Amino acid sequence: MRRKEPISTGSEWTFPLIQEYDRVIAEIAQEFRLDTYPNQIEIISSEQMMDAYSSIGMPVGYHHWSYGKQFLQTQQNYQRGFMGLAYEIVINSNPCIAYLMEENTMPMQALVIAHACYGHNSFFKNNYLFKTWTDASAIIDYLVFAKNYVTQCEERYGVREVERVLDSCHALQNYGVDRYKRPSPISAAEERARQEEREAYMQQQVNLLWRTIPVPESKKEEETRSRYPAEPQENILYFIEKNAPLLEPWQRELVRIVRKLAQYFYPQRQTQVMNEGWASFWHYTLMNELYNRGYITEGFMMEFLQSHSAVVYQPPYDSRFYSGINPYTLGFNIYRDIRRMCENPTDEDREWFPDLAGTDWLDALHFAMENFKDESFIQQYLSPKVMRDMHLFAVFDDENESEYEITAIHDEQGYRKLRSLLAEQYNLSTREPNIQVVDVDLRGDRAITLRHTRHNNIPLNKDAEEVMKHLHRLWGFDVHLHSVDGDVLRQSYHMPPKDKSPDQALEEGLKYV
Amino acid sequence: MINSYVIDRRLNGKNKSAVNRRRFLERYRKHIKKAVNEAVNKRSITDMEHGESISIPQEDIHEPTIGHGQGGTRTIVNPGNKEFNTGDRIRKPQGGAGQGQGGGDASNTGEGMDDFTFTITQDEFLEFLFEDLELPNLVRKDLKEMSDFVYRHAGFTNQGVPNRINIVRSMRNAHARRIALSGKSRRRVKELKGLIEDEMAKDEALRDGRALADWQEELQRLETKIKRLPFIDDFDLRYNRNEKVPVPSNAAVMFCLMDVSGSMTQNTKDMAKRFFLLLYMFLRRNYEKIEVVFIRHHTSAKEVDEEEFFYSRETGGTIVSSALRMMSDIVKDRYPPNAWNIYAAQASDGDNWNDDSPQCRELLANSIMPLVQYYSYIEITPRDHQALWYAYEQVRKEYPDSFAMEQIIDPSDIYPVFRQLFQRKSA
Repeated sequence: MRRKEPISTGSEWTFPLIQEYDRVIAEIAQEFRLDTYPNQIEIISSEQMMDAYSSIGMPVGYHHWSYGKQFLQTQQNYQRGFMGLAYEIVINSNPCIAYLMEENTMPMQALVIAHACYGHNSFFKNNYLFKTWTDASAIIDYLVFAKNYVTQCEERYGVREVERVLDSCHALQNYGVDRYKRPSPISAAEERARQEEREAYMQQQVNLLWRTIPVPESKKEEETRSRYPAEPQENILYFIEKNAPLLEPWQRELVRIVRKLAQYFYPQRQTQVMNEGWASFWHYTLMNELYNRGYITEGFMMEFLQSHSAVVYQPPYDSRFYSGINPYTLGFNIYRDIRRMCENPTDEDREWFPDLAGTDWLDALHFAMENFKDESFIQQYLSPKVMRDMHLFAVFDDENESEYEITAIHDEQGYRKLRSLLAEQYNLSTREPNIQVVDVDLRGDRAITLRHTRHNNIPLNKDAEEVMKHLHRLWGFDVHLHSVDGDVLRQSYHMPPKDKSPDQALEEGLKYV
Repeated sequence: MINSYVIDRRLNGKNKSAVNRRRFLERYRKHIKKAVNEAVNKRSITDMEHGESISIPQEDIHEPTIGHGQGGTRTIVNPGNKEFNTGDRIRKPQGGAGQGQGGGDASNTGEGMDDFTFTITQDEFLEFLFEDLELPNLVRKDLKEMSDFVYRHAGFTNQGVPNRINIVRSMRNAHARRIALSGKSRRRVKELKGLIEDEMAKDEALRDGRALADWQEELQRLETKIKRLPFIDDFDLRYNRNEKVPVPSNAAVMFCLMDVSGSMTQNTKDMAKRFFLLLYMFLRRNYEKIEVVFIRHHTSAKEVDEEEFFYSRETGGTIVSSALRMMSDIVKDRYPPNAWNIYAAQASDGDNWNDDSPQCRELLANSIMPLVQYYSYIEITPRDHQALWYAYEQVRKEYPDSFAMEQIIDPSDIYPVFRQLFQRKSA
């Protein structure tokens, strides 16, 4: 089964070599039933990688100063040697675009191809979140559309004006997603076609809502009691796009663009552990397979293993490199353990995972990848062995106590608790404060009221006030935010603040606008 | 099955972020300008022209997003347990965020403290340095002897050099000529082809062999004739014609007058040089064609070159009028005021031979000011003003628009004063 001649021996890569490695890896990947979009592998220089970095990896993006900031930061860090650049960036599109840096050695390129072009790619294509929430074939078109639209607005209304709206939208972009409702797919062509129509229609809707024609007394009574919105709204940007009284149609479009892009990235934020773990599992498996079949040399394998172990290294909690759990490590460990439990189950595994023990590992693995997100994936598959291997332990922190308490460790009593706690930690809806629009004073001062429902009585960070200013800018009238723990009102934010005149406060508040 | 495409993108533009970078610099101009101003004062004379590292406080460029703050209760799962058991209690570290909080959301707690630092290029540095500055009262002077020309497009000609060939015009002519010369033949060719075809369609026995042969011969003859027509001919060629058009020039000359007398300490001289260097860099950057005349003086004046002006160390007494006289001589000789915009900048510590100051006023008011667009005087002294300053004040009264004077006390004044002297005035 072993070949006599490896594909290459040196560390230099060439285009024919990359193609050859890709071909072989694709063959093996197919044996493992990895189902992928076609790959578009692009070789770029380190400068281009920095460009790609600063536009969140998007091949085209609208212009905004914050991307310039990102770029300068990356450039500075890179030039001072504070950080290496990522070896690759991969984009959830069809064809799936992967950037490879020209500085990489041949083993690195092969690793990256296995990781991005077959790992991430198959994840994008088959995970249910990506399947239902994103449309890989339309994203590039949509990005081009967004870029052109923003440029058009800049020409018509001035860079400054556009920047103000985008700044405010960016501040709220985590609140621009539908968490439960499936959004309509993104499409540039439709967007363009519907745009004008929508502009007119939307303005009409808003006007309807804010109609000031007097209403007969009896009806008025009734309406003061009915709330608007009838149900609390979690998608704040959507609510603004549809209801903000003073926005121009083009400003609504900008809100929509930011919202749509945030929605597009939402699945990625929910599947970090799964996605990186999956890609790491497959680069590891595919490279080992290449080695077993004699395609690559021992030297090649050594270099690969060194990079691999750097990628999946988890510093312990007391290391100065520690910055939380490494999603690569956690994901990789879980997938690998699924395979182990299928192939060589122990008594413990039979007790904990009776459905896995002794079944076909490929079936189990694909099922795990396709049907979960981080939270449910961990809840379902984190095994006692992985908890033991990673020496996981849970620390309880109460601000009113002077001590931390260890509530669970990797032992018989702790497994279940630890697993639930870790799963909860990856639940995006508890990771991010839960803020919803609860009321708009339609007949009065048009103030919008939001409610923050505290999770474990954790307050908002100090940015909240700043973000309220941005919300105020979009909404155009007073903004109130109440932070509530259970039924107890803990803190209220008002924009403009209650003790200042509205204009003055806004001027002071927004720096450099 | 090939499912992958490998594309070499390295040759594509790498400056995709240029626009965004520009936007960022625009947004934080205030900070950058401040840093540039500070840098100018710190740098040594020889070291003016390179980029600069800019720091902006992190909080100013922070993009706010809502997240969880500190407080409340939370449980965080960490890896790498060595000694803990369930139920253990650990004292919290004193003072701020400990390890525990790092887990969930590292966005603001981790960094926060450091300034945001990045580098601007030399070009950007100078741009920020000299932004909004200009030579005042610059006008285009009409010249009898025009020395400035521009080439303007002025129609087409049928003679010229090959690099001026207008391809579209030439090909259009060639096409037209070919149509004109071959029209009759091609019409006949069409006709003949029709005849031959008709004839060939007939039954073999009914064909007129002789006529057919004639037609075919004629057809061949015509076709060679058409083929012989040259595709392009000499008289098809058209050339772009350019015309030399004289333009009024805005030639300008700057006189730099520096006092190097004994009363000027090394420190004062350094400041004067620094001022002139700034001026010189500004002129070189913003005005393509500008002449600079360097004059240094103690008791007598001397025209020197750039090198000597900035680096030589000659000293003596002080007679300021010597420099003014020399300047007015040089203007007479070389820079006729109807052809040149004339500027002057003078730096001194204010010390002068007592009898000389009225003379300076005289010279300036009567023979120099009428000729120049702008005259700026800086006095570098921490002491009280002397006769020269008061003499110059009278000049300023007479020429409030074109005469400016400022005092510099320590190096940090240089750049602000420089800016003040050359600030762009809104029209």
